[in-house]
Formats: sequence, C-alpha cells, structure tokens
Amino acid sequence: MSITQTVFVLLQRELMLAMRRRGDVLTVLFFFVIVASLFPLGVGPDPKLLRLMGGGVVWVAALLAAMLSLGRMFASDYADGTLEQLVLTPTPPVVWITGKIVAHWLVSGVPLILMAPVLGVQFGLSGDALAVLVFSLLLGTPVLSLIGAIGAALTLGLRGGGVLVSLLVLPLYIPVLIFGAGAVDGAMSGLGSEAHLSLLGGILILAFMLTPWAVSAALRISIE
Amino acid sequence: MTNRLNLYKYSSPATFYALAGKMIPWFYGAAALLCIVGLYISFFLAPTDFQQSDAYRIIFIHVPASWMSMFIYIVMAVWAALGLAFNTRLSFMMASALAPTGAMLTFVSLWTGALWGKPTWGAWWVWDARLTSELILFFLYLGFMALQAAIDDPRRADRAGALIALVGVVNVPIIYFSVRWWNTLHQGASVSMTKAPSMAAIMLEGMLVMALAVWMYAIAASLSRVRSIILERERNSQWVAQLLETEI
Repeated sequence: MSITQTVFVLLQRELMLAMRRRGDVLTVLFFFVIVASLFPLGVGPDPKLLRLMGGGVVWVAALLAAMLSLGRMFASDYADGTLEQLVLTPTPPVVWITGKIVAHWLVSGVPLILMAPVLGVQFGLSGDALAVLVFSLLLGTPVLSLIGAIGAALTLGLRGGGVLVSLLVLPLYIPVLIFGAGAVDGAMSGLGSEAHLSLLGGILILAFMLTPWAVSAALRISIE
Repeated sequence: MTNRLNLYKYSSPATFYALAGKMIPWFYGAAALLCIVGLYISFFLAPTDFQQSDAYRIIFIHVPASWMSMFIYIVMAVWAALGLAFNTRLSFMMASALAPTGAMLTFVSLWTGALWGKPTWGAWWVWDARLTSELILFFLYLGFMALQAAIDDPRRADRAGALIALVGVVNVPIIYFSVRWWNTLHQGASVSMTKAPSMAAIMLEGMLVMALAVWMYAIAASLSRVRSIILERERNSQWVAQLLETEI
C-alpha cells in the first residue's frame, strides 16, 4: 500500500469508529458549550463586558474541550493492541501518526469550529469578529490536536492520565490561546487581526512539521 | 585519549557517586562564602535607591533566582537530550535531580517578585510579561516532575521526562514572545522594570555575586539529590551493598 492509501484507510477507520461512538464526540461538544455558557452566569449579564470577553472565553473553552478529548486519541488502540500492530507496520510512524492526529482534529476540532459562531452570538460578537473567531479556530485547533498528541502519547496507560495531560499540555497551549483570542480582540477593536492570524498559521506549520516526530518518539517510549 | 577515557569513567553512576560526594562540600562552601559576601554588599555597601528606598534590596534575591530558574531549565533539557542521544542513565538522573531545585527557584522568584511588587507597584501581582512567563515556567517544571512521578518504571519515566523537557525548551521562546506581545497589547507599558535608571555598579556587583552563590547552591543541591537517586536506582547492585558495608 502506498503511503497516501495508508493514511486514507486510517482516516476512514478513525471516522467510522467515531461515528459508531457518537456519544464521545457530542460529550466534548456539549462540554464546550457548557463551559462557555457558565461565564456569563459567573461575571454577570452586562453586554459590554461579555462582548469584550467573548473571544477569550470561547477560546479557553475550546482549549479545555480539546484537552478533554485527548484521552481517546491513542488509549483504546493501546488497550486492544492496535497501536502495537501499527508500530509493526512498514509504514513510517510519522505518517500514520499524522493520520491519527488529522482524524482526531476532524472528530473533535471541527465540531468546535462549527459551534463557535453560535457561542459568539451569545456573547454579542459582531459579524467581523465572528468570522475572525471561526478562522482563528480553524488555524488554532489543529495545533491543539498536534501538541496534545505528545501529551496523550506520553501518558498512555498511566494512572491519573487525564489530569496529568492537562498539566503537561495546557502550558504549551498558551501561545495558541494568546494569538487566537488576540485575533478576535483585534477584529473588534479595529486594530486588525492579520498579524495574529499569520502567527497562528506560522505556529500551525511549525507544529505540523515537528510534533509527529515527537509523538513517534513518545509512543516508542510508552509502548516498549 | 586518556583524557577522554577519564571523562567516560564518570558517566558510570558508581564512580560519579563518589566524585559527587567529594565535590558537594566544596560547592556548598563556595555558595555559603559567596552568599555572605553578596549579602554584605547588598545590605551594607549598596546605596539606598532614591525612588524605591530600601524595598529594592529584594532584587539581590529576586534576580539571581529568576536567572537561575531559567538557566536550570536549559541545563535540564541539555541533560535530557544527552540522555536520549547517548542512552546514559546518569544524564537522565541529573535531569530529574535538577528539576526540584529549578522549581524551587522559580517559586522564590515569583514570591519575592510579589513582595517587591507590593511596595513599588502597589499590587502583589500584575500580569507583566516577565511574571507571567515565569509562572508558565513554574508550570513546565511541575509538569515534568508530575510526569516522572506518575510513571513507576524508571526507564520509561526517564525517557518520557526527557522528551517533555525537550518539548518544553523548544516552546519556551515561543511562549515568552507571545506573552510579551499579549502584555504590551493589553495593558500598555505602564509597568516597566527595564526603564529604571541605570543601576549603580555596586548594585550590579552584589547581584552578580548573589547569582554565583545561587549557582553554586544549585550545583551542590542537585549533586546531593543525584546521589540519592543513584542509591535508590542502584540499590540492588553490588557496589551499593559494599558501600553500605564499609559505611556502617
């Protein structure tokens, strides 16, 4: 099988598994909605304050939701031995790891992006800001899946893995949060968001090039 | 050639254990001496600042702790990289021995920063770029230690910790610059430590001597920690059994 075929088959498999377990996808999505809806209840219904906070709140909620979904990236494959079979295939690990990360993003990142405008409207974001919010999530959520994969691979099969992943991964998410929320801020204040979006794109390219190697090293450490 | 062989000799935990034992008193001694000199300079020789009066004197603890907290993270990552590249057990042990000292200094830096911030800025905490990135550095140290603590198999703990240290060190510059940019966009340059009037030479000297003292202390503390780690890991080996017999 050629490499593109392998990735395609893997993507198909991951998506089919996700379709069979729709509950997992929906849980993460509702978590995202609930976290974002808690903020107005906490800080009060003042529309001006909410408009200022909106971008940041949606981004923080996206960060937490992406982190929650990391657990299932490798765990079930590790438990039933699929991961070892994948390691034994002649395909370079970086290739199928990239495939798995892309599948994870399609399943857990894309629903967040689709839901984000609704939450943005709740916070009273303008049309421009909404468009920038969606675009920044489009550039930023793949980075969350990429960096998160390192944490997921390192904590494979450990007790308390979920909490540990948050401690490892959340500090590394900070630049994405700053530039993502900053882009929305820039669109609202009229400063422009091109710089933030360009930096997010740069981070995405860098993460796409480097993290599969780190994940492959991490998996080798965790499996042996 | 003989020189190289000698260096390799100390990459074995058994020989390094003895070497570290001989070096520790010297580094502790140097740390104590430099600390006395540094504190004398900072309390008696350095003049009182005309803006901040005597409150600024915490700088002699704060700045050395911040410098060393960042430096130790880099050293830790270097040991981790050496361990992954050459598969030397001692390198991993050094990396995990450095982490608690680094985390402690990061905490000292944050704590003294808060104590300094109250009289000069009027707030215990401001979301200044340096404070924020120091806080994130503290989280990175905690993540490293938590990951190592969660793994029972020492071999896996070593390698997993090394990998997360390397990932962290690649991210540190990105985090630092993003936080700096975030800070300047959000609150303006109302608080700036870099614009302070140029420092008197004696203050700088005091700070450098204190930084050296902290450096020596960090070496001594991590060497004695690495000795405990060696003993714990090698407890089933023959040389440890012999060592215990001779010592008791």
